[in-house]
Amino acid sequence: MILLQGVVNGVLLGLVYALIAAGLSLIFGLMEIVNFAHGQHLMLAMYGAYWLAVLYGVDPLLSLPLWAFALFLLGVATYWLVIARVLRAPMLAQIFSTFGLGVFLQSLAQFVWSPDFRLVPSPLVKGRVEIFGLFVGVPELVASIGAVAAFAVLYLFVMRTESGRALQATSEDREAAALVGINSHRMFALGWGIGLACVGVAGVLLSNFYYIFPEVGFPFALIAYVTVALGGFGSIPGAFIAGILIGLTEVLSGLLIGPAYKYLFVFLVYLVVVVARPRGLFGRY
Amino acid sequence: MNGILRRCQWLFLATLVLGLTLPPQLRAGPAGEIAVGAVYPLSGALASTAKLSRDGIEFAVDIINTRHDLALPLARSEGLPNLGGAKIRVVFGDTQGSPEIGRAETERLITGEKVVAVVGAYQSAVTATASMAAERLNVPFLNPDSTSPTLIQRGFEWFFRATPDDDIMSKNFFDFLKDLETKKGVKVRTVALVCENTLWGVDVCKFERKYAKDYGYEVVAEMLYPARSTDLSSEVQRLKAARPDVVFMASYISDAILYTQTMQKLDFNTQAILAMDAGHVDPAFLKTVGRSGNYIFSREVFSADLGQRKSLVRVVNEMFKKRTGYDLEGTSARAFTAMFVLADAINRAASAEPAAIRKALRETYLSSDKIIMPWGGVRFDPATGQNVLGRGIIVQIQDLKYWTVWPWHLASRDVIWPMPAWRQRR
Repeated sequence: MILLQGVVNGVLLGLVYALIAAGLSLIFGLMEIVNFAHGQHLMLAMYGAYWLAVLYGVDPLLSLPLWAFALFLLGVATYWLVIARVLRAPMLAQIFSTFGLGVFLQSLAQFVWSPDFRLVPSPLVKGRVEIFGLFVGVPELVASIGAVAAFAVLYLFVMRTESGRALQATSEDREAAALVGINSHRMFALGWGIGLACVGVAGVLLSNFYYIFPEVGFPFALIAYVTVALGGFGSIPGAFIAGILIGLTEVLSGLLIGPAYKYLFVFLVYLVVVVARPRGLFGRY
Repeated sequence: MNGILRRCQWLFLATLVLGLTLPPQLRAGPAGEIAVGAVYPLSGALASTAKLSRDGIEFAVDIINTRHDLALPLARSEGLPNLGGAKIRVVFGDTQGSPEIGRAETERLITGEKVVAVVGAYQSAVTATASMAAERLNVPFLNPDSTSPTLIQRGFEWFFRATPDDDIMSKNFFDFLKDLETKKGVKVRTVALVCENTLWGVDVCKFERKYAKDYGYEVVAEMLYPARSTDLSSEVQRLKAARPDVVFMASYISDAILYTQTMQKLDFNTQAILAMDAGHVDPAFLKTVGRSGNYIFSREVFSADLGQRKSLVRVVNEMFKKRTGYDLEGTSARAFTAMFVLADAINRAASAEPAAIRKALRETYLSSDKIIMPWGGVRFDPATGQNVLGRGIIVQIQDLKYWTVWPWHLASRDVIWPMPAWRQRR
C-alpha cells in the first residue's frame, strides 16, 4: 500500500516535471541553446496566476489559457530581443545571455513583489480525495491531467500541423529548411514561444498547490535539466517519459532508501545515462 | 591610480599599527563617551533581520543614556554612573552576511573606531570569524543571537554568549515533554526526528537524538532530508509508516510550508509536532499555510505575549512599538538585552579598559526580573562564556497566533494536546 501510494505520488510529480522539461527540450532541440532562465519563467507564470487570483478573483484554472498565451508572447519577445542577437556569438555568450536574463527576472520579482511566500487563496480545485486508502491531492491530480493534455496538444502540433513540421525541419537541418523556404528566425521565435507557453501552463497548474516566491523556479529548473538530458535533447516524448522516471526515482528512493539520498539517485540516473547513452533515451544527438 | 592605492595601503597600515600600539586609556574617545561596536548584516539578504537587531540596540542605548523609570539595569540613571555618567555610543559595522567581511569590520571597529567591546553578528558563521578578530585583539565579544553550539567549544577567552543555543533548546523540548507527562497525563513513547540536511539541521538532529535517549524515548524514524525539496511526499509517507507519537522538526521556511501541506494531503496524524523555530516561526509561515498551521509547537527565544505575565516586557514592548511600529521579537529582544548586559559590565568595571570589562562580564549576574527575556537571568560560564541561565520558551499556534505555553509560569494559553486529526478539522 505504501509502495503504491509512492508510485502514485511519483507519477503525479513526474508529469509536472515532464511538462516543465518539455519547453526546455523543445528550445534546445531547435537551436541548441539552453534556456537558463527557464525556472524564472516558471516563476513568472506562477506569480501571474497568483496576482490574477488575488486582484481580480480569476481562478488559476480559468486564467491558464491567458498565461499560456502571455508566456508565448514573452517567448517570442525574448527570442527577438535577446536570443537573436547572440545566435552567432560564442556559446559562452549564449549561456550568459539566458543566465543573465534569469538573474534579472528573479531580482525583478524580488524587487517588485518582495521575497515573501505566497499561496493562491482558496483555488477552485483544492483538498484531497481518498481512493481505496490512497490519498491524492486534487490540485496535483488536476495538474497532472493538465500536463498530459498539454503534452497531447504539443505532440499533435509538432507532428500534424504545417508549422509543426516546419519546426521539425528547422530543428533537423536549418540550412536545408531555409533552402525550401522556411524562415528559420520565425521558426526559432515560434519555438521560444511554444517552449515558454509549456512552462507557463506548468507554472499556472503548479500555482494551485505550491507556494510562490521569487526563487521558486530554481529547484524545478535543475530537475528539468536532468529530465531533458535523460529524455534526450529535443525529444518531446523523451521529456514525457523521463519526467515520470525522475518523479518515480525521487519519491521511491526517498521512501525506500532514505530522504537524504533522493536527489542523489535522481542525479545518479542522470550520470548513468550520460555515460552509457549520452544522447538520452530518445535523443538524436 | 596605482599610486593612490599604494598610498591608501600605507595609510591603512599606519592606522592599524597606531591603533594597536596606542595605550588603552586613549581608546575611550571624546570625554564622557564609550564606543561600543555592533557588527550585523545590515545590507544583503539578511538586511531586514539586521534592522531588527539595530532597532533593539538603539532602543537599549537610548534607555541607558537617558533617565527612565524601568527595572532594567542603568535605566534610572543617565549614562554610566561609575564612569561619571559617560554615554554609550554604538558604532555599527556591516558584515554583509559574509564571514570574511564580518572579521574585517570587527577589526576596523576595534582598531579604527577604538570600541571597547563588540556585539554581533546574528549568523553563527559570521559570529565565528568576527569573534576570532576580537579574540586576537583582546577585546570582549558579546554575542546576543547565534545559536550554533560550536561557538562555545573553541576555548575563547574574550567570547560571551547571552542566548541559549540549539543544545539547550533541544533539551527544553524534552523537559517540556516530561512536564506534560507528569502534569497533563500525556503519554509519549516514540518520537520521529525530521531535520534538513545542512549544518544546522544535522546539529539539531544530533542533539535531539542524544536527549531522546537520555530521557528514555524511542526514536522510530530519523530523517535528514534535502533542504528546499520540490516534493516531500516520500518523507511524510515514511512518517506515516513509523507512526511516531511526536514529530520533531528542523526546517527552513519553504520546507516548513511544504511539509504542512503534504502532511495534510497524505493524512498524516500525530499527537504533536515540535518545531525548532526557523521556518515554523517565520512570519511567512502562517500567512501561507493558514489554518493548516494550527496546533504546531515551536521553540522560541522570545514572544511579545510574555508581557501578560511579566509587566516589564509589556512596558518595554509598548515603548518599542511606539518607536518602531512593530512588536519586539526574538532578534530585537536579544540584541536589546545584550546591550544591557554589556553596559552593566562596563559600568561595574568602571573603566574603558577591555580587560577590566572582560573581568566584569565574567562576574555578571542579572536576575530574571532585570531582563525582558524569559531566562533565569544572565550569568556566564567562566570556561565557555555561555550564559548558563539562558532558556527557551515553547509557543503553540492556536487560532492563527503564536502563544507562549511553556514554561507554565510564563504561559499565556493552555496547551492543546493532541492536535486534532485532519479529518476532524473544518
